[in-house]
Order: sequence, then C-alpha cells, then structure tokens
Amino acid sequence: MSMEKWNNIPAWIRWPIYALLGILLLTIVQGVSDVDRLTKVSTSREMLRWAVPIFLAGLGGLFSERAGVVNIGLEGMLILGMWFGAWGSINYGPWIGLLIGIGGGAIGGLLHAVATVTFNVDHIISGVAINILAPAITRYLSDEVWGSPTTSPATSTPDVYDLPILGGGTVAGWESPDLLLEVTNLELPFISDVAGLLRGLVTNLHFVSLLAILLVPFTSWLIWRTRFGLRLRISGENPSAGEAQGINIIFYKYAGVIISGGLAGLGGAFISTELSGLFQGGNSAGRGFIGLAALIFGNWRPGGVLVGALLFGYVFGLDLKDLDGTASHALLLVNTVVLGAVAIWAATKNRVADTVLAAILAVGAFVWWLSADAVPGWWSNILPYVLVLLVLVFFAQRLRMPKALGQPYAKGGR
Amino acid sequence: MRKLLFALAAPVGAFVLTIIISSIALWMFGSNPFSAYGDMLGHAAKLETQVDILNRATPLYISAVAAAIGFRMNLFNIGVEGQYLFAFLIAAQVGSLVVLPQVFHILLIMTVAVLVGAAYAGIAGVLKVTRGVNEVISTIMLNAIAITGLIALLQQRWQADQENFTSTTLGTNPIPESGLIPNINGIVEIFTRDIGQGKQLTGMLIVAILVGLAYHFLLTRMRFGFDLRASGANPFAARAGGIPPKRMVVAAMVLSGAAAGLIGLVELNEKAKFSPNPIKGLGFAGIAVALLGRNNPGGMVFAALLFAFLDVSAGILQNTQAATKEIVNIMQGIVLLVAVIAYGVTARIQSREEAKATAEALRATEGMEVAT
Repeated sequence: MSMEKWNNIPAWIRWPIYALLGILLLTIVQGVSDVDRLTKVSTSREMLRWAVPIFLAGLGGLFSERAGVVNIGLEGMLILGMWFGAWGSINYGPWIGLLIGIGGGAIGGLLHAVATVTFNVDHIISGVAINILAPAITRYLSDEVWGSPTTSPATSTPDVYDLPILGGGTVAGWESPDLLLEVTNLELPFISDVAGLLRGLVTNLHFVSLLAILLVPFTSWLIWRTRFGLRLRISGENPSAGEAQGINIIFYKYAGVIISGGLAGLGGAFISTELSGLFQGGNSAGRGFIGLAALIFGNWRPGGVLVGALLFGYVFGLDLKDLDGTASHALLLVNTVVLGAVAIWAATKNRVADTVLAAILAVGAFVWWLSADAVPGWWSNILPYVLVLLVLVFFAQRLRMPKALGQPYAKGGR
Repeated sequence: MRKLLFALAAPVGAFVLTIIISSIALWMFGSNPFSAYGDMLGHAAKLETQVDILNRATPLYISAVAAAIGFRMNLFNIGVEGQYLFAFLIAAQVGSLVVLPQVFHILLIMTVAVLVGAAYAGIAGVLKVTRGVNEVISTIMLNAIAITGLIALLQQRWQADQENFTSTTLGTNPIPESGLIPNINGIVEIFTRDIGQGKQLTGMLIVAILVGLAYHFLLTRMRFGFDLRASGANPFAARAGGIPPKRMVVAAMVLSGAAAGLIGLVELNEKAKFSPNPIKGLGFAGIAVALLGRNNPGGMVFAALLFAFLDVSAGILQNTQAATKEIVNIMQGIVLLVAVIAYGVTARIQSREEAKATAEALRATEGMEVAT
C-alpha cells in the first residue's frame, strides 16, 4: 500500500494500528529480554495517571494556540490548578475541588489573555511571567492558609470506577464479567499483552481520566465541526480575514486562552487531589511543559495530543515501577527498533542527515542494551525528555502549526 | 524630555501598581503592609544587608545578561537554568583536580564554566537551525535532562568522600585556595566602615560588571552586536542585508550559554565546591530580570538590585513576623507582569504619537505645496 493511501485512512483507524504495532514490538522485546513489566496492567495504569495531566495541559495548549496565542504559561496555570484544586477539595469536597481547580487555571488563562491579546505583550514573555508568578502565589497562599509554603493537608478525591464488562465494574448491583482480566489470564502471546495494557485503561478509572479520554472526540467535533471551532481557528490562522467577516477575533482569542487555562487547571487539580493526594510545591514536575511538547508532537490535533501524552506518560509510568532498571533496559531494545525504522523511513525519503543520525542512535542504543543488564536510575529519569527531543528532532519539520501563531493582533490592523 | 518621561512612566507605574497589589495581598491576610515595608527598608539600610543584596544581585545580573543576549534576537533561551547548574558542577570538579598559580587557576575554572555553558546552549541552537526544533521546548527539555540526569549522575560519581560522607563533606572535592576569587570587602571598606557579621562581598561582582560592560559594547560598538539587533528587529531585512540568519542563531545561543556558565561561579567561590543543593532558580529569575530591565545593560542593573533586595528581604520578614516571607516572590512576579504590560502600553502610545506627528508634518508640507 502506498503512503498516500495509508494517509487517507481516517486517523482513528490509523492510530490504533500504530498502537497495536507498538504493543507487538513491546511483546517481542519482552520475550527476548525476560521482563514482564512492559505490558503489565500496572504499567498502563501508571501511564494513564501520568498522561492525564500532560494531556489536559496539551489540550489546553491546543485551544490557546488554535486561537493564535502561544501558551508556555501552561505550567503556571497547572500549578494554580494544583493549589486551587487542593484547596477546594479540602474545603468543599472532591467535586467542587475539581471545579475550583479549573477556575484557578482559568484565572491564569485570563491573565495571559489580558497581557497578550489586549496589551499585545509578547506571548512567550507573558507566559514566562505567569510561570514565575504562579508558584509564588501558591507558596504565599499555602503559607497563609496551611502554614507551610510547600505542602497542604491531605486532599479528597472522587472514587475510582471499573468500566462494566471490560473491567468488571458493577452496574446497578450486577457484577459484570471482567473480560480483559480473563483474556489476560489466558496468557496468550500478544493478545493477553494487549488485554493487560487495555485493562489498565478501564479499571480503577478516575472521573477525570474518563473525561480526558472523552474530550478527544468532543474537542475534534468542537474544533472542526462547529461555528465556534471555525472562528477559533480563523483567529489563529488569519485573524484579519476573520475580522473582515465580522468575527469578534478578540472574543475568540480570549475564549481560547481562558479554556486553555481551565484545562491546565483541571490537570493540576488532578495531580493534587488524585496523584499525590495533597498539594506539594514542585509536584507539577514540568507536566505543563511536557503537555506543550505533546501538543507539538500531536501536530495541534486532539487525538495527536492524546497519543503524545500517552507516549510520554508510558515512559514516566514505566520508570515509576521500574526500581531495578530492567524494564527501562528492555526499552533500549525498543528504542533500537524504532530508531532503526526511522532511519529506514528517512532513507526512503532521501534524507541523508536523518538516516545517519537515526542509525547512529539506533546502534548506540543497541550496544548499550547488549553491554548491560539494567540501566541506572538517572537514565530512566531523563528518558521522557530525551524522547520529546528526539521526536522533535526527527519530526519537527513535518508539523504544521496555526499560521498566525504568536503574532500580535490588533483590531483594524493597527 | 518627553522620551525620558516615556521611558520612566512604565517602570514607575509598574512599581506603584505592584506596591498597591501587594499591599492588598498583605492586608487580606491580616498583615500590616506598612510595617512590612518598613522592616524591609530598615533592614536594607544596613551595610551587611547591602552586601547580601549585592551578592544576590551578582548572579541575577549575569543570568539576566545571558537571557538578554537571546532576547535581543527573539531567541528564548529558557535553558539558562540547566546551563549554569551543569557548568557549575563541571567547573567545580575540574577546579578541584588541579593546583595552579592563582590567576591561571581562576581563569581555568572560568574558561571551563563558560565553555560548558556555551556548549550546552549550543545544542539548542544547532537543533533549531538544522532540525527546526523550537528553542523554547528544546531548552526546557535540556534543563530537565541536565538537572535530573547529568547532574544527578556526575554528582554521585564525583562525591568527595565515597565511603563515609556526612552532610559537611557532601558535594565535590573542595577547590584549593588558589582557584577562588578573593572577596572584595577591602575595596568597599575604603568608603565605609568595616563589614561585620563575617559577610563577604563576592569578587564575582567585578566579573558581573565586566560582563555588563562587554554586553554594552557588543551591542553598541561591534558589528556582531549590530547584526544581532538587526536580526532580532527584522530577520528578513537582516537576511537581505547579508547577515546569515542560521549562524546568528547559533552564535547568540552559544554566547548566551557562555554568560550563563558564569552564574554558578558566585556560589562556587563562596562554598569552594558544588554542594548537593546548589541555589536553583537563578536562570528563571534572570529571565525575569532581563524582561524587567528591558534587555538594557543599565536597566538590568536596577532590576537585578530590586529582585535581590526582595530576595534578601524575605529573611527579615521571617524574623520580625511582619508578614509571610513568600510575599517577596509575589512582588517579584507582579512587578514583572505589570512591567511587561506597561512596556507594551507605552510602546503603543509612543508609536501612535509618532504616527500622528508624522501625519501632521506630512499635512503641513502638503499644505505648503498647495500654497506655492
């Protein structure tokens, strides 16, 4: 099948095929290197828990950048969401906590919108300012409210669910079968691995995780099929043309950036209420920035952002449970194969530099894999960031960002 | 005169607004803003506090210059943080391995720090021009890689006493006396009373001043500085004028990283080693200082002093309990955000006035033509 035909297949079919190929690769590598953690249910569960805030931040970035406003303030907005989410959940319970977290992030978004849209401050500069201001605000508030600048008391969080039938959840008192568990227990090669990874996505499911997954089709519909989405996009592609059609560009830019802050805030609230169970300074761990990387990786599309977030989340999640470094070691072999594939792909496109670079990296990963039984902790710590860099190194030129992204806009072209 | 008014309006306005907003924040949580400000100013009037402020302003200023070099051509080197910490560690290790005559030893350590910072920043520059990777994302990732990866690894390997380390022996081996820049208390004491409490004014202050002067001459007197500003102001015109854009990107990143490499030397000279918990955040604070000082060598001096004053004031607020010490970070954040907005507003008013003046001048000449 030619590349063109392949690209004509809808993305929602293409990506699962990529995912299956990826799992197949993981299965084979596991067979070779005697590790079972790569496709365990706990790994995919951790992946999802890591990916949700990354995804929400990335999706937030999508709303902002589709409207033409670069948002590196996502990290700050996520931190605001962390604090306000924790505060809300401690005082008013888990559900209100999430809402207040969204509100906290949205305030950060509003601030960014005022600076960039109304006052035409450079988008990166305003984002940097918000990233400096947000942790300062949360430290101050924590100190005043909880008597410690960096930690809060324990927060509360909504209960987790198992999806019925797939994950053995209960519906109206009826205990449904746990299909994926049964398939996992059959221990069939590959099929049970897929089931194990899938089961992590449907059991112990947090409301926000479910919401995050549902936001993908919803956002696609909103961005591509509605009047709001069209106007949002025109604000980021060609605001003057939109203005000529009578669209209130300023309004849509504000809407995009505030929604962006709200989503990042929800991601932050998820961290402080669900992941760490309390507000703790520094717990954002740069997820806002990684969300931005997921946005770029996903080429400014909702499904792509989710894939990017899951990919980065997988590496983080695997590292979390991989105390002896054997699973990350097995991952080196995966790196080898993937980089080898990139080298071949680049060679077919006559991109010499890419081919050479990918080949060198593939050989390096392979040699390392051969020469050691485990990788040290520092390597698994930096792997996600290295992955982000590598993805950008090989694919940055294939991406298409909104045309007027980062450009100042003034009504009437002043 | 009018121009000066414009230049001053934004920072003064930002300062006033910051005071108002922080006062509200203090008052909301039951602190008396006036007694807090009073404590801060009274504390800053002491010579020893001023030494602290200068010691803090020194790395902030160098960090600001590093960020400003990038900003001048619309490059955002968010990676100063990782560059200086990495350079600090390597320089401390290299410095501890040798004993040389003082001048050479100090120069060696500085050279290593500058080269490491430059090389690490250079990666982002090269990735940008060869692979089209946005430098904001790449420097953020390189920060994480340096801090959680490379530094963690090397620090462990270079741990001074591998067998039985205690909290005092943690870190790299101490650098011999010959590698350290002496303090410059003596110079200050010519004009003032003796500095007490064992405070030492860092010799790196002189380096920071030299860095500021070099930055000033680079921008105003050298071809490269002109190219840098031209590329930042209008990349297309600069390119048409024969300035190679790719080379400028890499050069600006490398230069920015070179300056970043010097930041950690302030702490290195104070502690004579890379301690396991070095002062972090100077890279990000430097970005704030650069923005506040509008990338101007003189403006950044004031901005660095202001930020240093606020940082140092945290201690006295904690002592007197006049307010939560975290308020100083809020003030830093607010002054930055308000100032960048104020700069944007004055720039817009100014350009509008210029346009108006031009239009009027044009109309006047047209009128003259009609008359003749």
